[in-house]
Amino acid sequence: MKLPTWKEMPEGIVILEAGNAQEYETGSWRTFRPVVDKGKCINCLFCWIYCPDSSIIVKEEKMEGIDYAHCKGCGICSKVCPAKAISMVEEGSL
Amino acid sequence: MKTKNLLALEGNQAIALAMKQIDPDVVAAYPITPQTEIVQVFSEYVANGDVHTEFVTVESEHSALSACIGASAAGARTMTATSSQGLALMWEMLYIASGARLPIVMTVVNRALSSPINIHCDHSDAMGARDSGWIQLWSETAQEAYDNVIQAIKIAESVNLPVMVNMDGFITSHAEEVIEPLDDEEVKNFIGEYKPLRSLLDIEHPFTVGPLALQDSYFEFKRSQAEAYKKVIPVVKSVAEEFAKITGRKYDLFETYKLEDAEIGLVVLNSTAGTAKEVVDTLRREGKKVGLLKPRLFRPLPVEELKAVLSRLKVIGVMDRADTFGGFGGPLFTDIRSALYDLSNRPIVTDYIYGLGGRDVTMEQIHKVFESLELIYSSGKVENLISYVGVRE
Repeated sequence: MKLPTWKEMPEGIVILEAGNAQEYETGSWRTFRPVVDKGKCINCLFCWIYCPDSSIIVKEEKMEGIDYAHCKGCGICSKVCPAKAISMVEEGSL
Repeated sequence: MKTKNLLALEGNQAIALAMKQIDPDVVAAYPITPQTEIVQVFSEYVANGDVHTEFVTVESEHSALSACIGASAAGARTMTATSSQGLALMWEMLYIASGARLPIVMTVVNRALSSPINIHCDHSDAMGARDSGWIQLWSETAQEAYDNVIQAIKIAESVNLPVMVNMDGFITSHAEEVIEPLDDEEVKNFIGEYKPLRSLLDIEHPFTVGPLALQDSYFEFKRSQAEAYKKVIPVVKSVAEEFAKITGRKYDLFETYKLEDAEIGLVVLNSTAGTAKEVVDTLRREGKKVGLLKPRLFRPLPVEELKAVLSRLKVIGVMDRADTFGGFGGPLFTDIRSALYDLSNRPIVTDYIYGLGGRDVTMEQIHKVFESLELIYSSGKVENLISYVGVRE
C-alpha cells in the first residue's frame, strides 16, 4: 500500500472512505492461532457472532474457516464454541 | 445618511450580542469569571427564543469544548467562550479542534492562571494555548472584541480552523463602553450561510473523524495542518476589508500608532495599548519620535508584515502580560525578537513583563518603560533585557 504524502492528506484528521479497515492486516499481532476441527464443528456460527474482527469466514450458512490476515488471536471463538471445535495453538509451535 | 445605532454595553454584553446576531447552531459553554456574563446573557437570548441555537449546558469546560467539537464535526456553526482555568481545562480538546480543522469560534476573556488563585486580567491563559493551532485575534476595546467575533466566524469558516478572540478580563469585559453594533441583517449577510466542508450527518458521504494515526501517518497529518496557517493571513486581511466596507472600521493584522517616523516603539496587546497611546501622545508633544504597534493577529504570527514595519525602529520595548517561567522572557517578546533576528540592521528588543493578576498598569509606568528605551537608544547598551514593571521591589 502506497502511503499518501502530506500534500495528499485530506483537510482535517479524517478518513474519507468507509470500510477500509480491511486494508490494515492485523493478523501479525497474533500469538495464538485458532485452529478449527471441522469434524467437531456444528455450524452454530457462535464464533461468527462473537468474533470482534469479522474474521470468521462463512459461506452458505456454514463455517468455512478463519481469515488469518486479520485474526488477532484473541481466542473468543474458541471460548464460545459449544462443540469445542476451535483450539488455540501457539504460533511459534506451528 | 444612516443614523448611528449606539449602545452602552459592557464588553461581555457586546460579545453576547454578537453571538445573538450570528445565531450559531450550537453553543456549549460553562460559566467562569470573568466570562460568565457572556454565557448568562446568551442563555437569556436562548430562553427568549431570540436565537435558534441549541444551547448545551455542560458540567465543565472540557465537556464544553468536547460538545463543540462534536457539533462542529456534525456540520453545525459552533461557538463557546471561556477564561483562565476554563481554557486550561480545555487544553487537550483545543488540539483536537484544530487538528480536525473545525471552525469553532471562542471568546477568551483573559484572566490569570492559578496559583495563587486570581480572577483578574493577564494573558497567561491564551498564551498557554498559543501553540494549540487556534487562530488568535486580540482586542483593545469592547468594540474591537465585538467586531473580531463577527469577523472570526468568516475567517474560521474560510480556512477551516478554530479562532480564539481575546479581550481583557474586567478591564474590557466589565467596563461599559459605547458600542456601534451592526444591524442583525448586516451580520447575517456578512457571515453568510455556513456550508461545512463535511458533515457527520451527511449519510450519503460517510467518513471517519479523529482516527488513530501512528508512525506511518501522524506526521503527514500534522505537516498538512502546519501548511493551513499560511492561508490565514490573506484571509484575515480580506475579511477585514470586507468588514470595513459595511462599518467603516478598518482592521489589519496589527495596528500601528505614530510608528511611521518613530525610532523607539512599543509592542503591546489588548487594553494596555489604549493607555500606551496616551503616553505616546504625551511624548510626541515633547518632540520624541515614539510609536506603538498593537498586534491583532497573534497566531499565526504575521512575521513578514511585522518585519517590514518594525525594521525601521532602533529600539523596541515589548510589553508582556504573561511570563514564561524558566523561559527567555514573555511570549510576545520571544516571538517579536525572533522574527527580527534575520534583519541585517535589527533593532534592539527588550521585554517588560507587567500587569500579572490584574495589577493596574498606569501611564507613569509606561512612561518609565519609554524612559528606559530612550536610555538604551542613547547609550546603545541594554542593562536589563527582561524586566518587571509595577511589581514591589
